[in-house]
Amino acid sequence: MTRKSAPPSARISRRSFVAGVGVAGVGAGFVAGTAPFNIVRADSGPLKVGVLLPRSGYEAGIGQDCQRGVDIAAAIFKARGLPELTILSGDTESNVDVARSRAEKLIGDGAQALVGSFDSGQSAAIAQVAEQKGIPLVINIAAAPAITEQGYKFVFRNFPTAPMILRDAFTDQKTVFGLVGAAPKSVVFMHVNDTFGTAMAKGIGAIMPKFNMPYTIAEEISYDPAARDLSVEVAKAKAANADALLVVSRLNDAMLLTRELVKQRWTPQAILSMGPGFYEDQYIKTLGKYANGPISFSPWYDPHKPLTAVLETELAKAHPGVNLNTNHVFTFEALLVVADAYKRAGSTDPKTLADAIRATNITDNVAIGPGISFDAKGQNVKVRQGAFQNRDGKLVTVAPPEAATAKPEWPLQPYPSRS
Amino acid sequence: MPLDVYLNVAVGGVLTGLVYGLMALGLSVIFGVVRVVNFAHGEMMTIAMYIAVVLFSALHVDPLILLVPIAAVLFAFGYVLQAALINPFVRRPEHTQFLLLVALALIISNALLIIFGPDARSVQTSYALDSMQFGPIIVDTTKVYAGAAAIVVTAALFAFFRLTLVGKAIRACADNYTGALVVGLDVKRLYALTFGLGAACVGAAGTMAVLVIDTTPMLGPGYTLLAFVIVITGGLGSMPGALLGGVLIGVTEAIAGLLFTPSAKSMFAFGILVLVLLFRPQGLLGRRAA
Repeated sequence: MTRKSAPPSARISRRSFVAGVGVAGVGAGFVAGTAPFNIVRADSGPLKVGVLLPRSGYEAGIGQDCQRGVDIAAAIFKARGLPELTILSGDTESNVDVARSRAEKLIGDGAQALVGSFDSGQSAAIAQVAEQKGIPLVINIAAAPAITEQGYKFVFRNFPTAPMILRDAFTDQKTVFGLVGAAPKSVVFMHVNDTFGTAMAKGIGAIMPKFNMPYTIAEEISYDPAARDLSVEVAKAKAANADALLVVSRLNDAMLLTRELVKQRWTPQAILSMGPGFYEDQYIKTLGKYANGPISFSPWYDPHKPLTAVLETELAKAHPGVNLNTNHVFTFEALLVVADAYKRAGSTDPKTLADAIRATNITDNVAIGPGISFDAKGQNVKVRQGAFQNRDGKLVTVAPPEAATAKPEWPLQPYPSRS
Repeated sequence: MPLDVYLNVAVGGVLTGLVYGLMALGLSVIFGVVRVVNFAHGEMMTIAMYIAVVLFSALHVDPLILLVPIAAVLFAFGYVLQAALINPFVRRPEHTQFLLLVALALIISNALLIIFGPDARSVQTSYALDSMQFGPIIVDTTKVYAGAAAIVVTAALFAFFRLTLVGKAIRACADNYTGALVVGLDVKRLYALTFGLGAACVGAAGTMAVLVIDTTPMLGPGYTLLAFVIVITGGLGSMPGALLGGVLIGVTEAIAGLLFTPSAKSMFAFGILVLVLLFRPQGLLGRRAA
């Protein structure tokens, strides 16, 4: 009996095995294509999404409110047949440098896409990291125009820029003035001096003259968003003898500002807010009857859209008694963009995912406007904002007319009469 | 701008400055006697603020009533801290004291963050949004109470150091450490007592501060820095100096905010500090080093 050996051509030597593995590796590298550093990623299972929010620090209240938008997303995505996402949470601590390092850490931990981070300064820092590492970032909330003016390929923003916010704010203010048949002749403009507040202040100077507004700015007062006392700022505003208050604020300062208005016995004709703060749940619950009246001009949801009702139902289940607001809507929509793109891409490869995000065309969304799609700079130019008023613990949409559910109340009820 | 606006802002600045002064007083007392710079000062104030917030939430007890009990709790905390932890470091190089107290500050602020979370918490008393009107001047009621409490506590502390035997013994320790040992004073116990009194001042200041500002775990470093600015301006180790420094910083910030941009008001407080360091390094009411 002879033992048959395999023909030389069929035998696998150690050398040929190593060479084969090498060739296969090179081939796989080419297949992986243009992924940065040729990292090969698995194309199945949930997509790992790093969600960066200011969960602590002076913006913690808003960051945690944004998290509610994350909390309700999974059930809605499942019902809509969208793929599952694994959320990796990151805390920016309301700090730009921490935001940058947390973005790097989340990517190091395997995040295949990033979402965040409410604050323009922090989002700009995260965008730099995302672009450098080649990981798609979908910005939920941040308005500084510069973020999408850098020529980034991996950065997308489903939120209006400061000039877009101002354009819509002035349009909606005119609508409100028309509806109530009154308008302030002068305003005091109070704003935070962070990236967002400064961008808005610059934008007002450039854009307001084009809108022929009925009021002039009697005084501009900037302040630190982490301020612990706004008594001097409000005293200065009161001394300007203006009819109304135009504000770009955050949450804590919006509460401080309102308390000072009450203490210093000044009820302006209206509080016209062009940023967060006045519509936040914590503001409404903390200040109670003193929270009634401010009108916010901000990116907002369309109460008539079907998905809005779904969000309201899920939010009521997850967080009873909390009003749906910008933080939930735009954080949810950022995840919606990622999930929708992942479904179409069928791949976790960052470039494929970024290309899919760039091709986004979602019409069944929540925010006011025709839907979500991105221009060459990664900006959703379709997003439109609204005006809404605090009324007895609820937020009612008053403009634009196609999204309105109530007529605005004007002027502000005097604070002393509320006690 | 009308004169009454300046008056309103100046009065607000004086009242805020009194609370600042009370907080800084604790730092000044501790340094004046124990010669240890308490880098966990702001964090100790934050502890007092959280105690006030928790007791108000749970039992609806007004912070004005809580002032004495919380000062007593902080006294005990300070006494134990000095006796158990800081006393061994009193004669060690200053950098080791610095590291010890900075570590303590980090532990306190992070423990508060873990326990209470990052949200701002406030005390909503029945008079939280009240104000008093005196002619053209409208004064925040909570600031009036806080300022008045600061004056009472400072006066009590001043009387303690001037009129009681223990107070005199503590001053003897501050004036001549070796002499105090020679005449048989229990210096370690007196140091612990002094640290406790400094902590009690911070406790009282923190309890009053909750009436004026929201409480967050990370307030500490800002207030530690503010306390340093105040005591250096007023004179390190001088009790009246701490109160004067507090009022000066409070009024400067308020008026600067009114005359210039409010976001730059802290710059003027630090400007005063620089001027004092240049022209009167011992502080406004401090004693020149021998």
